[in-house]
Formats: sequence, C-alpha cells, structure tokens
Amino acid sequence: MDWGLILAESARQFIGPQAVYFAIAAIGLNIHFGYTGLLNFGHAGFLAVGAYGLAITVDQGGPWPLGVVIGLLAATVFALLLGIPTLRLRADYLAIVTIASSEIIRILVRATSFPGVGDQWREWTGGSQGINGFNRSFYSINPYNDRLLGFAPVQLWSITVGWALVFLSVLIVFLLMRSPWGRALKAVREDEDAVRALGKNAYVIKMQSLVIGGLFGALGGMLFVLNQGSVQPTPQDLGTPKTFFIWVAMILGGTARLWGPVIGSMIFSGLLSFTDLTLRAMVAEGYVPEWLMDGVQVGQMRFILMGLGLMLLMIFRPQGIFGDKRELALDAR
Amino acid sequence: MLWSTTVREDRTLRAGPSSGSARRHRPIALSALGIIVGLLLSWAGVAAAQETGTIQGTLFYQDAEGERVPAEGVRIVVADADGADAGEGVTDAEGFFAVELPAPADYQVSIDTESIPAGLSLRDPTKTSLPPFTLNGGQERNVLFPLVEGEGGVDTSAPAGDGFGTKLARLTFDGLVFGLIIAMSSIGLSLIFGTTGLTNFAHGELVTLGALLALLFNVGVGLHVLLAAPIAIALTAGAGFANERLVWRPLRRRGTGLIAMLVISIGLSIVARYVFLYYKGGDTDFLQQYSQQSPYVVGPLNIVPRKLWIIAISVVTLVAVAIGVQTTKLGKAMRAVADNKDLAESSGIDVERVILSIWVIGGGLAGLGGVLFGLNQGIAWDMGFELLLLMFAAVTLGGLGTAYGPLLGSLIVGMFVNLSTLVVAPELKNVGTLLVLVVILLVRPQGLLGRKERIG
Repeated sequence: MDWGLILAESARQFIGPQAVYFAIAAIGLNIHFGYTGLLNFGHAGFLAVGAYGLAITVDQGGPWPLGVVIGLLAATVFALLLGIPTLRLRADYLAIVTIASSEIIRILVRATSFPGVGDQWREWTGGSQGINGFNRSFYSINPYNDRLLGFAPVQLWSITVGWALVFLSVLIVFLLMRSPWGRALKAVREDEDAVRALGKNAYVIKMQSLVIGGLFGALGGMLFVLNQGSVQPTPQDLGTPKTFFIWVAMILGGTARLWGPVIGSMIFSGLLSFTDLTLRAMVAEGYVPEWLMDGVQVGQMRFILMGLGLMLLMIFRPQGIFGDKRELALDAR
Repeated sequence: MLWSTTVREDRTLRAGPSSGSARRHRPIALSALGIIVGLLLSWAGVAAAQETGTIQGTLFYQDAEGERVPAEGVRIVVADADGADAGEGVTDAEGFFAVELPAPADYQVSIDTESIPAGLSLRDPTKTSLPPFTLNGGQERNVLFPLVEGEGGVDTSAPAGDGFGTKLARLTFDGLVFGLIIAMSSIGLSLIFGTTGLTNFAHGELVTLGALLALLFNVGVGLHVLLAAPIAIALTAGAGFANERLVWRPLRRRGTGLIAMLVISIGLSIVARYVFLYYKGGDTDFLQQYSQQSPYVVGPLNIVPRKLWIIAISVVTLVAVAIGVQTTKLGKAMRAVADNKDLAESSGIDVERVILSIWVIGGGLAGLGGVLFGLNQGIAWDMGFELLLLMFAAVTLGGLGTAYGPLLGSLIVGMFVNLSTLVVAPELKNVGTLLVLVVILLVRPQGLLGRKERIG
C-alpha cells in the first residue's frame, strides 16, 4: 500500500472540489438548522434544482451566467413551495415534507415524460442519463494551464471559483447574522412564541431563512455538477444520502458557527477520501478477502460510515468540533 | 396488474450495482425485458485521482414463461469522441460484460447486432447505439440494450387497449392491496410516535428487513415461504426489540432531545439500508413460491391468487390488532400511554414495558408488511425507504399518533398512488402522495382522525 499517495490525495481533498461544494451547501444548511432550527432533510433537492437549472439552461443554448440565475430562481420557488404548507407546523412536519420533496425532485427529473409537455420533458432533463457537457463554457474561461499541487487545471479553476464563493458566502452569513434580522432568526430558534409576542412574524422570518439557505444549497449543487461534468438523478449524486453527507459535514464542524460548516466540510471530505482510498488499496492488495468486500462494496462502505458518523455525532457530540451545545435546537417544540 | 408490472419495470431499471452477482432464482419481471441499469457510482471528489472508469451491463431476455435468460456472446463496442474504437466487451454466461476505459472522456456505446444470438433481437431495432455520455474516473456506468425473443419493434409490455372502466377497476383493486400493505407497515410507526414522540425514519428498514429475511430463508436456506415468512416476521419483531433496548431506551435515559433522536434514526436508516445493499446487491429478487401464478379472471379483473391472500392476511391481522388495542389489557395500556404518558405512569402502568411491546409488535407488523410487499412486487434493498415516504403520507393523512388513522390514511394513499396512473405516467405516481401530504398539511394538519393539540 502506498501510504504516501493515499495521504497526499486525502490532503488534497481537504481543499478539493468536494470540500468546496460540501462547504457551500453546508453553509446553507447551517442557516436552516443551525441559526433557525429548521429541520431541512431535503437539502439534496436544493442542490438538484440548482444543478438542473444550470445544466438545462446551458444545454438548451443559454449562457452559463443565465443558468446560474435560473438555478437560483428555481431554488427560491422550491423553498417557497416547501415552506408554505409546513412552516406553521411542528418541526418534524418540515422534516417529512423536505425529505419527500427531494426524492420527488429526483423522480421528476428522471421521468421520461411530464404531464403537459410530454416527451419534450426528457429532451430537457435527459431522463435517467442526465445531462453532459454543460460545463464547457464555464471551463473555457479557465486561466490555468499547468497542474498545481496535483490538481488538474480544470480542477484548479473550480477550486479557485469555489473558494472565492465560500469566502463570499461566509461574509454574507456573517453580515446577515450580525444584523437585527439575524438576531430575530436565532430568537425564532430559541422561542418562537416569544418572537411572536414581540410582534415579529416568525413565519415570514422562517420562510426567508429557508429561501436564503436554499440559494446556497443550489449554488453548492451547481459547483458539484460543474466539477463532475454531468448531472444525473442518482441517489448518490442528488438523493437523500447526499443530504446527509452535508448534514454530517455541518454537524462535524459545529452548527450555528460561522466557520463550522466550512471546517467540517474540509475534514469530512478528507476523511471520506482517506477511508475510501485506504479500503480500495486494502482490497486491491488482498488484505481484505474478496468475499468480505469487493470494489463495488467499498463504494457502499462510505454510506455506512456516513450513517454511523451521523448517529455517533448526534449521540456523543451534537455540537461538533467548534459548536456550542446551548445553541443547538435539539428539542422538538 | 397494470400497476404491479410498471412498478417492477421501474425497479428493474433502477436496480443498483449488481456487480454481475449470480441471480440464483427466477425473477418474474413481467414486462421488463431489459438490461439492469446500475447505480452510477460517481466519485465526485476522488474522480481526479483515478484514471479509468468502467462501462458495464447485463444483457438478458425473457422467455415465454417469463424467466430471465442471459444473452451470451453479445459484442458491445465503445467508440471515443472521435468515433474511433476505444474498446469492446463480450457478454459472459451470465450476460454480464464490462469494459474498462480511460476517464474522464466522452464515449458512445453500440451493440453489434450481428453478435446477437439467433432468435433474439433488439426490442427497438433502431436503437443500436446509445446517446454519447461522459465517463468519469472511477465511475461504473451501466448501459441498457433491451432484447426480446423474435422480432423487435413491437412493444409487448404495453397492455392491450383496455377501456377506462377496466383500468379503473384494476387500479382500485391493486390500490386496495397496496394500501393494506402500507397500513400494516405503518401501525408501528404511528404507535411509536404516539408513545415516545419519536419520528422514526428507520422504520422503513424494518420492512425491508422482514422481506430480506424471508428471501434469505426462502431462497438461501431453501425453506418454503410459509415457513420462511413466520421466521422472518419473528426475527423482525426481535429487531424491533433490539432497536428499543439497544438504541432508543438508552437515549431516552440519556435525555437526548427528540430532534436529535430523529436525526439519529436517519443515521440508523442509512446504515441499515447500505448494509442491506452491501450484502444483497442492487437487484430486485423474488420469493420462490407464489411469485408466478396464473390469474383468475373476474369481470374486468385479472386477480392473481396471492393478492387475495395478501388481502385476507392483512385484513385478519388488522382486525386482530384493532381488537387487541381495544380490548386487551396491553392495548388499553398502549392507548393510555399514547394519551398521557405521565398520567399512565402514575396510574401504575409500566410505561417502559408498554413501549417495548409496541416496538416488538410494530416490528413484527412491519416485517409482515415487508414479506407481503415482497410477494407482491419483489424485494429490493431500498424498498422500505420508498415505502417510508408513503407511510409518512398515510400516517399524517390519517392522524399522526392515532391507532386507526394510519389504516384509513394508508388505504387512501394506496388508492391514490395507483389511481393517479390514470392521469400521469406510472413513474410519477409517488409524486401524487407528496401532493396529498401537502394538501392535508394545509387543510387539516392534524390529519383526518387526529386531534388539534398534537400539531403544536
């Protein structure tokens, strides 16, 4: 086993494209759960509408900046649709509706036809094959020509853009949370009734939080598919497991903390690559017998570890590495 | 039948990374004459580190008895972006082929029609090539070439032109069967919520567990279904017991919040689901007995005997549960705990014991639901998770925390899911349940039978 290679690659993933899109998506989720206490279990749905908004626009001949705008608009509409029926109710209703909606989004984009537009639908979404090649115009303005730190030029470009967006997002969240609106947001998390008694409209505040967090989710989805070069409606890419990868990243760093989601995403992304590569190497070298684990099963292992990580974190350290337990919305109201 | 066939097709098309694993028993996918499309495991981040990807697939056709027969010796050709040959694969005795190629790069996959065995042809003779796509590093991309016996070009999977009335009758009947299965599976979910406040996202995995254990004892060990099913149900009830004793009771003692427990249940659900996938693989499998039956023709309906049995078993079980909840000491205690835990405790009811009983009974019922679900439409690693979303819709519709709400809600959801295929494509039918969920939350958030104070 080449430990040098494994460690170098894992270290790269601390700042690589995966860490970047995890971070931006987790920043959005942190606005939902960390600051407002909303149980959004359908974050992959936001990633999906953003990704498909971009991919379809570019695939149909639009410029990519227009695609970004359309993706963000789609996320806004999605947030409003989710919020209207659920935000007046107890927290777990939002949980159920969000997890169901993200699956619904995936079913819809996978469908071969759609009422009203018929088979034209698949021309747009690509059905279960998804859409390819929409990232060329984005990479055509790539200024990098050489490899650096082991990253290919295209990756360097997505990392540069990605980290710029991460810092911008953190700045936006910092400014938002310092504002009176940010304090109202946390107040909703702590005691919704008290907020109402003080004359604030808790429903509207929660809705704003859902939309703003969703925009970051959509942005994360766009970075994800731009880097991957294709968008496909698989559970791994845009389904419920993806939602909880982002949850683990967020909780690991610490919820309701400015840098928590970013640090959590870096560590989680590095850890994922490390376990993945180590297991792969062990299987390849024959340290793990074939009947116990084969190449395909290594891929499934990361989901098992992610689920275990989520359970153990929530049981033993729900505040993550940097979080404050008092700032956690862990009791149902 | 219309409905169940479409579900199977849907499942077959989605079936996961099969890794070409041996299919030991007969799948009876009635209409899916195709090749398994696997999950596209894409390693978002690791992609760059690996320099190759794999294009793979399994070619088979279905013979007159509905048995899936692998097509051996078919040549699959892969061309690169310039149209030059990049590689090729030939299917083995199990119909499996795999081509490893440099990645990331664009490829187009074609089938060599000359190599298709005599007597077989492409279902769509014009589709000898698939649309070009990008293969990412480390990706295992499954591709699909549906084969049929005889001449292709005729879509044999579409039912002959049935009238609206016939369709309506068939879908209503299938909706009843499906609704009863949802009902049985969701009783535990609702009662556990009612007594402990836990929204258990891992309940769907109890359903899958029941079905998988039945499959294991039926196909793996070789027991008859009638023997394998009770064992599976008992073990699933045991899993419910273990759930409560090993996870939820210790957590309650620790003072873990309800939201934290909810997230933990999701973690548990993901772990369980991927452990199932790890050991079972992504195929949809079928039990050995009762999977293939010739239907009775009753008016417009083609009723397969197993569906009648599913209805009979579910109705008997549900009535027994209702009587139990209404008349037995344990049933009364359950209702008391669900109503007011503290009051029940101070009246001398052993609340912890009641909760444990609910887990055991709820687990057993979920296991039974899983076995019947598996009998009805095959067993897949993520069947429970798909059912879970329908169960939530059903339970919310009927009234979260009530004993009879889920029954009513399940029947409505089961019917709705099926009848919606009259209007929308079958692949979109689950979308309708979300709409039910949203409408009920807007109009009557406590559910049909629920009381207002529960919704907070």
